Amino acid sequence: MTTTTLNHDEAHHHDMPTGWRRWLFSTNHKDIGTLYLLFALIMLFIGGASAMLIRLELFQPGIQLLDPDLYNNLVTNHALIMIFGAVMPAAAGLANWMIPMMIGAPDMALPRMNNLSFWILPAAATMLILSFVVPFFPGGGTQINTGWTLYPPLSVQVGMSMDFLIFAIHLLGISSVLASINIIVTLLNMRAPGMTLMTMPMFCWTWLVTAFLLILVVPVLAGGVTMLLFDRHFGTSFFDAAGGGDPVLFQHLFWFFGHPEVYILLLPSIGVLSHVIPAFSRKPLFGYKSMVGAMLTVATIGMVVWAHHQYTIGMSLGAVTYFMIGTILISIPVGLMIFNFIATMWRGAMTFETPMLFAVAIVLMFTFGGLSGVMLAVVPADMQYHDSMFVVAHFHYVLMPGAVFGLFAGVFYWLPKWTGHMYDETLGKIFFWTNVIGFNITFFPQHFLGLAGMPRRIVDYNMMFTEFNVISSIGAIIFGLSHLLLLYIVIKTIRGGKKAESRAWEGAKGLEWELDSPPAFHTWTVAPQIK
Amino acid sequence: MNKTGSGENKNRRTTLLLSGLVVGMFGFGFALVPLYDLFCEVTGTQSLSQRKINPADLQVVKQVESDRWVTVKFDATVNPNLPWDFQATTRSMRVHPGKTYEVNFVARNRSGDAATGQAIPSVAPWQATPYFSKLECFCFNKQTLAGNQQTDMPLRFMVSPDLPTDIQSLTLSYSFMRLKASKNKTDLSKLLPQIARQSATESNLPNR
Repeated sequence: MTTTTLNHDEAHHHDMPTGWRRWLFSTNHKDIGTLYLLFALIMLFIGGASAMLIRLELFQPGIQLLDPDLYNNLVTNHALIMIFGAVMPAAAGLANWMIPMMIGAPDMALPRMNNLSFWILPAAATMLILSFVVPFFPGGGTQINTGWTLYPPLSVQVGMSMDFLIFAIHLLGISSVLASINIIVTLLNMRAPGMTLMTMPMFCWTWLVTAFLLILVVPVLAGGVTMLLFDRHFGTSFFDAAGGGDPVLFQHLFWFFGHPEVYILLLPSIGVLSHVIPAFSRKPLFGYKSMVGAMLTVATIGMVVWAHHQYTIGMSLGAVTYFMIGTILISIPVGLMIFNFIATMWRGAMTFETPMLFAVAIVLMFTFGGLSGVMLAVVPADMQYHDSMFVVAHFHYVLMPGAVFGLFAGVFYWLPKWTGHMYDETLGKIFFWTNVIGFNITFFPQHFLGLAGMPRRIVDYNMMFTEFNVISSIGAIIFGLSHLLLLYIVIKTIRGGKKAESRAWEGAKGLEWELDSPPAFHTWTVAPQIK
Repeated sequence: MNKTGSGENKNRRTTLLLSGLVVGMFGFGFALVPLYDLFCEVTGTQSLSQRKINPADLQVVKQVESDRWVTVKFDATVNPNLPWDFQATTRSMRVHPGKTYEVNFVARNRSGDAATGQAIPSVAPWQATPYFSKLECFCFNKQTLAGNQQTDMPLRFMVSPDLPTDIQSLTLSYSFMRLKASKNKTDLSKLLPQIARQSATESNLPNR
């Protein structure tokens, strides 16, 4: 028995691959996690660059830099790169790094599939970027001017770049479904002896729910864009009214995916917060069970309220009322989560290192985005706000704090664990303040623009909207440039810095902090015993 | 050793179950195509523009409201796969609710080949749809034009006096769709349920 165990261990240890083989053929959860995070960082800058161009064009009324189709192509590109290229891979990167270390497992359950689900991503990203680039070449067809929602009939008429995009979405979908299966199998089967589902760290719970959501909705999106592909090339009429189809059907399929997607982006960050806030408040998380319950409720209701994105399509009164009430109901469990976070901070011995600063900012600003969400959920009000800049402001307030700041908090929180070095706290705080202030200057004025009637997804605007757009664009420059500081901090921390202890933060709890910083290539080869 | 083996089996089983779920959800996406229609039919969650009207209400002959004016605008488009020109001869007119009017549309076949099309009506704002009655319309039937033929297409309509007073202007829009050759056996009443429904309500209108 002892001999076999030894051999088993040797088989793992005797050849730690080096050079490009280490990364391309990697089956190690830590290396794949790193790959995911670096990939997301690159995509953040590509998506950010397109956002900068958008804001530059909107700096003044009139058409300065971009023709309308190119503008809308950039809008499409920005959304898809940020959602599928930056936020989802970054969250998957955190999951890969942390879940096995948190639950005391030696690796993910399906390491080779893990390799596949990452290495599909660069191919998908190439297709996605090609879909943007192809129209610039002779014979490349028209630009994708549909926005990320890809509504037909316009998306049926777009040139061949749409086909690149459809295949990119297929690949991205396959990648995230594989990653989700892997995460669920790991969480269900590989927990250390003695760790039950209800004692598992909160980040693991949020990812368990996220992974199930992904499995339930991503295939439906894949089906929807497959129908789009068939309509474009094989003469079917799923969405073509001339052949008896219904373009509204696509909207239903899209938002059946699109609304749960919001929670897919949000929940991993809620998981990060559930570790960061207790660590820097030096108190255990308030209401663990109610957090789990709230999250399951959010996920369940979130699956059945998708049509609040489509109030203006002319649904019956009964249908819109149902979707309105369902949507507003979600604010109850989400509110519960926020109150749990506040209760965790209450009378805690709080310190404000960079991860905690981001966490507090999320609690404030995500709540604000949630409030404008309740406004949008109200049918008669939404008839006015629909497709205005107010919607743009709302979802950036939800997704930037809710998803991206949560990921930033996670990166700063675990960076000492990953690299073995403490990041530069002063630089971290400068990054936080420039980032958050830039963000608010960019997006807060967009509420006013939307309420005053400025529509979204249009390259030009009325003179009366100039002032707020100028403010917004200046904010965007601060906000965009602040990410260069993030890049600098991350590179600096990887290359050196103050040595991090195994428990890098005084109040940090959990199995991952019992490992060295940086952890060995293989950790928890002997599962820890949980009392 | 034994334990690792059973662990792998467990992983395999969970993976297979989850993969089944993925395949199932992909199929569910396609199943939604008929399911949405079915759902709306069963629950009666029709869209507002297709709301059923109680025929008894329409039997009552309504007075012409000669002191009330409603502006009706006409809009005509052709689906790109039908090589026709199609226009309203009147862009807009002011009407009294309860009175019958007639306008002409003109369609011309630009190509040398005969083609068959069907016009699909829609009313904006959609809240006005149940109150716009087409007594006689070229959209009730499929229309065939010989090569280069031009023809007038008449429409007789009435705006119901029940039209809510906050609607002072409405637009009737037609899109001409090509009908495929008969080998496809395109059953339009199945494809376009709103036409069937509208024709059904119109047959209940009092003759005048």
